Amino acid sequence: MTQSPRKTPKDSDIMSIVSTLTRSTPEPAMSTDDTGQHTPMLDVRGLRKVYASGKRSVEAVRDLTFGVDPGELVCLVGPSGCGKTTLLRCISGLLETTSGEVVLEGKRVSGPPEGMAVVFQEYGRSLFPWLTVWQNVELPLKEKGISRAERKRLTTESLAAVGLADFHTAHPWQLSGGMQQRVAIARAVAYEPHVLLMDEPFAAVDAQTRGELEDLVRALWERLGVTVLFVTHDIDEAVYLGQRVVILSSSPTVVLEDVTIDLPAERDQLTTRSLPRFTELRAHVYERVQQAKQGNRPSTPTATS
Amino acid sequence: MTTSMLWRAGRRLLLIAGLPAVLITAWWLATANSTNFYWPPLRTIVEVFGPTWLEGKLTSDVLPSLARLGVGYLAALALGIGIGVAIGSSTTLRATVEPVLEFFRAIPPPVLVPILILFAGIGDGMKVLVIVSGAIWPILLNTVEGVRSIDEVLRDTAACYRFRTRTRLTTLILRGASPQIMTGARQALSIAIILMVISEMFAASNGLGFTIIQFQRSFALPQMWSGIILLGLIGVALSLLFRLVETRVLAWYFGQRDTQQSGA
Ligand SMILES: Nc1ncnc2c1ncn2[C@@H]1O[C@H](COP(=O)(O)OP(=O)(O)OP(=O)(O)O)[C@@H](O)[C@H]1O
Ligand SMILES: [Mg+2]
Repeated sequence: MTQSPRKTPKDSDIMSIVSTLTRSTPEPAMSTDDTGQHTPMLDVRGLRKVYASGKRSVEAVRDLTFGVDPGELVCLVGPSGCGKTTLLRCISGLLETTSGEVVLEGKRVSGPPEGMAVVFQEYGRSLFPWLTVWQNVELPLKEKGISRAERKRLTTESLAAVGLADFHTAHPWQLSGGMQQRVAIARAVAYEPHVLLMDEPFAAVDAQTRGELEDLVRALWERLGVTVLFVTHDIDEAVYLGQRVVILSSSPTVVLEDVTIDLPAERDQLTTRSLPRFTELRAHVYERVQQAKQGNRPSTPTATS
Repeated sequence: MTTSMLWRAGRRLLLIAGLPAVLITAWWLATANSTNFYWPPLRTIVEVFGPTWLEGKLTSDVLPSLARLGVGYLAALALGIGIGVAIGSSTTLRATVEPVLEFFRAIPPPVLVPILILFAGIGDGMKVLVIVSGAIWPILLNTVEGVRSIDEVLRDTAACYRFRTRTRLTTLILRGASPQIMTGARQALSIAIILMVISEMFAASNGLGFTIIQFQRSFALPQMWSGIILLGLIGVALSLLFRLVETRVLAWYFGQRDTQQSGA
């Protein structure tokens, strides 16, 4: 896992606080089982989702199969409306699949599983307006049965990590959009999930904040060894953040391509984005997404109908 | 700075107390030399107020009325919120029950009084029942509406973080529906006061409504008027109390609303 002490070359405050965050829960499941066989942290097998309301039915997701290894950071890209949110809701057990299954840490998902946190696309609406920032972050920890002292430590550290140490007593509606998003991230991080799902978390923040939040996610991921599935429609963001990028077709959705991002692990907004390899990868992903928008299906049939 | 604050406080006081002062003065002057039996001078009414209400009748009539009001109102709150949460949480229950609710709500509660007398007699129980039967509807229907309008994303959040049932109920459902619940509770309060008086006019041996009717029948008009004024004062006091509770419970809601209005 990424537990080896790593020096943080970035000198911003946030990054140095992140490095003080420590993981107290056991590491996620091993990546190999007794037979030495490869078992992913998260396994999506033949997932299909049809929304049926009355006579009309929408096939949002046709056939999705992919896996995420423990400690991996995988980005999902696909055109708007291709079923990314639908997929995440199925993975997080909020929505029943029509067919196929989701397996998390060896267990089939049939309701919101333990050890998973989600940052929703509509992050502003995911915060409880009647609770303070502190209470919003602390409440899930209470529900998890974490002791008072430990809750205090986790809440303080995660709020500091997202740069909101001075806003404990504020209410969400007193904060800007970017700050609300950071509260949602702090809440997810404090929860110490094994798997973190993020649904277009930065779609509504300005470019500057976006870059900062991207680095924050990378830093938290490296520090905590958490498995991250990051959904976005921004190709740059996907290539910059991910170890892998899974490209989805337009609805009804299948996996178009699974691209390994062979960029150096050390990412930096300026240097990484100006690497020739970054440009190449981005162009490649861009091309595939464009094809997806024009309704291209994969040449190798992954879907049967 | 302090003078401007004083100014503002003075202005507010003037705004709040201005119209009542004008009305009272007008009443006072208009009836000052009144010899009309039905419209006694306000001065006479004020003079009888103390002896009528503050000696004896406070414990024999005013407090029993207020106790019945309190019990009835609180019972209506508990029942209305409880049943409302249950109905609001279940789509099927809502579909089956809602038309029936609208029907019951449409029945004016005073017509239930004779029926309730048949079942519950003429004691305190009947009066409390009358209050509950009228005050419960706005609370219930608003609670259903409030529970239904809780944000889907908040529900998902509570599910993802695996909130316990109790926390879901208190932190998600009740707090989420609290703005609508308070709207219903406010409407219910004025209904409850009206029904408190009406229930005492039918069959009673004490209470504010009973006493006012007694004064009217014995042609003690100044005393009757003083009773009506007392009812008004009780109404104002209770609505002030209500607002005090509301500003505490819904501080987040008013804050959020104000920021949304001023920003963006
Ligand atoms: N509750 C629902 N009932 C019926 N159809 C739905 C429902 N939710 C989503 N859909 C449909 O499923 C498809 C996928 O929607 P989804 O929200 O998952 O897309 P998305 O990739 O997250 O889009 P975006 O990038 O805009 O967030 C869309 O065609 C949408 O209209
Ligand atoms: Mg979406």
